[in-house]
Amino acid sequence: MDDSLYFTDQHLQVRDMVRDLARQVIRPTARRYDLESQFPWDNVKQMADLGLLGIPWPEQLGGAGMDYLSYIIVIHELAKVDASHAITVSAHTTLGTSPIVDFGTEEQKRRFVPLLATGKVLGGFGLTEPGAGSDAGGTKTVAVDRGDHYVLNGSKIFITHAGVGEIIVATARTDPAAKKTRGITSFIVTKDTCDLAEATRVGTGHDPTLPKCPGVLTGKKEDKLGWRASDTRELVFQDAIVPRENVLGQFNGGFRHMLHTLDGGRIGLAALALGIAEGALEECLAFTSTRKQFGKAVASFQGVHFALADMATEIEAAKHLVYHAAWLKQTGRPFKPEAAMAKLYASELCMRATIKAVQLHGGYGYTTEYPVERMMRDAKICEIGEGTSEIQRIVIARQLLGDLID
Amino acid sequence: MKIAVCIKRVPDSETRVKIASDGRSLDEAGVKFILNPYDEFAVEEALRRKEKAGAGEVVIVSLGPAAAQETIRTALAMGADRGVLLQTDRIPADGLEVAKALAAELKDGGYDLILFGKMAIDDYNHQVGPMVAELLDLPCVTAIAHLDLTGDKKGGTAEREIEGGVEVVEFPLPAVLTADKGLNEPRYPALKGIMAAKKKPLDVKPASLGAGGLELVAMVPPPERKGGKIVGEGPAAVPELIRLLREEAKVL
Ligand SMILES: Cc1cc2nc3c(=O)[nH]c(=O)nc-3n(C[C@H](O)[C@H](O)[C@H](O)COP(=O)(O)OP(=O)(O)OC[C@H]3O[C@@H](n4cnc5c(N)ncnc54)[C@H](O)[C@@H]3O)c2cc1C
Repeated sequence: MDDSLYFTDQHLQVRDMVRDLARQVIRPTARRYDLESQFPWDNVKQMADLGLLGIPWPEQLGGAGMDYLSYIIVIHELAKVDASHAITVSAHTTLGTSPIVDFGTEEQKRRFVPLLATGKVLGGFGLTEPGAGSDAGGTKTVAVDRGDHYVLNGSKIFITHAGVGEIIVATARTDPAAKKTRGITSFIVTKDTCDLAEATRVGTGHDPTLPKCPGVLTGKKEDKLGWRASDTRELVFQDAIVPRENVLGQFNGGFRHMLHTLDGGRIGLAALALGIAEGALEECLAFTSTRKQFGKAVASFQGVHFALADMATEIEAAKHLVYHAAWLKQTGRPFKPEAAMAKLYASELCMRATIKAVQLHGGYGYTTEYPVERMMRDAKICEIGEGTSEIQRIVIARQLLGDLID
Repeated sequence: MKIAVCIKRVPDSETRVKIASDGRSLDEAGVKFILNPYDEFAVEEALRRKEKAGAGEVVIVSLGPAAAQETIRTALAMGADRGVLLQTDRIPADGLEVAKALAAELKDGGYDLILFGKMAIDDYNHQVGPMVAELLDLPCVTAIAHLDLTGDKKGGTAEREIEGGVEVVEFPLPAVLTADKGLNEPRYPALKGIMAAKKKPLDVKPASLGAGGLELVAMVPPPERKGGKIVGEGPAAVPELIRLLREEAKVL
């Protein structure tokens, strides 16, 4: 892709900076965080200081005041070296913060967004429940009106930053009588980080002055195949008290808001998948050009050329899908099918490319000495999170068929 | 504290450079250019000095092609206040010509400190900093790895890493210093800095350069390394090894 198609000099400056950070700081530490399944607090602190936790939000709200493409570039670059770091920025920004920026009142924006944009605290998005995954309208968590506050009961599962985060946008049923997707409302719930010691040590991730909602509990941490340095946990509401002023957006309009948030999120996840694939290709180029068998570099065999060429071609295609969808969103054009297509294609490519990358590394690729095994593990969730590949196909087909069926 | 930092746009050490068809310059197609890493230490040191003093100005000066504006922007994004580009299509091979142009720009600037990298990673000349000092009649300490300034803006102490030890040098201000690795850990430009850099003044003017006394005649890639040779195993191989080192490699 010609850099000048979508990128300004400023985009390239952002890309250079994040590329340096990724190579010099994140790459050397990624393996240890993955192995130990530890949240990378020190790196998160550094990313917060550099402004990476509030890229597209206005400066008045504590953000960097940059555009959406800059944000996508950052996710793409981080994922080239480590997907866990990329999803940390992505879940915090598109899932945790964007609903408040998009649907919050001026007062809510003023109160919560600066904390999130500066990385003072981390944010997340609680939608999925044990019984409501792809069918997100099947939310069972209930919120009961008690005058100046709501009482929430239920549990959310697989929530990124449910543990380390302090501000979570969560959905709950507010009208039991309404049709499935109608009676759902979004709430801004607050809680203390589960990692108080680490958050205090690095100076990011905890705000003692932020009032917390009693009864919002962090459940067990998931032991995952990939994204092991990202924090994924259960979030439990046990008679949780959420102030009335924390109702986010339209009352009983939470489902529509959620769909909007996920539409944008898909481009971020697509960029993340693209980054993993490209990182895997870079590893393959380095490895196959130095690894010698039969007296020659492995990369000199035509069979390997074909594999590398196919990977590079699909990556190029994905790059166009991702940056085109991002450009549509940035310029205020409709982007729903394009975002779903980018996510579908990039995540499936990412899986194929990383499997191929391990193959091209032979036995070395199967060990933790080389990052491709981690990339292969990190790739799988891209086909599942923020809407499975099946759900992306449903979204795309619905856009194609529109009113022709049903 | 008013500090000038002279920086150079150089090819990234990670890119594989090719010699252009004229046989005496680099083929710039596809080459990524960066802020010379030693100059990065100088920029960082200037910013820290200004931050410590709580006031002052850090001015970035570069001599190079129009594209060097991007390099200056990087330093501005790190936190420098303004930039000056002395524009030329071709940086002269003679470091003295570069030094003269820079000295003319710096002469009446009222700088307390003028910083350079100890060398540029493209030509390895180590020349321009000391030459500027000489032209401006200022004291110069090269390749500093540590710096202390007195609180009164009168002088300071610098440490240089020399063979087997550390040399401690005192100097009065104003002075010219060139930075070595180890002086500090340069910061990444934060997004806020990148945004702010867009609005900072960057003055572009033509560089006035003389012909100079040096002409770059040719650039030649280093000879390709030949494969090694295993002359045998164990003590029995020693005489043959000695013979080859003496007669073929001619190193003994
Ligand atoms: C690491 C990780 C992080 C996550 N982070 C978050 C988060 O921050 N916030 C959040 O709310 N959620 C999060 N999730 C949840 C994630 O979005 C869901 O796992 C995902 O949407 C799928 O839901 P499910 O797991 O219940 O699978 P199910 O919906 O039960 O799907 C099972 C299978 O059935 C298929 N399927 C379902 N319905 C259909 C259909 N109609 N047609 C065809 N096939 C269908 C699916 O595609 C899938 O293959 C995260 C998950 C993981 C693993």
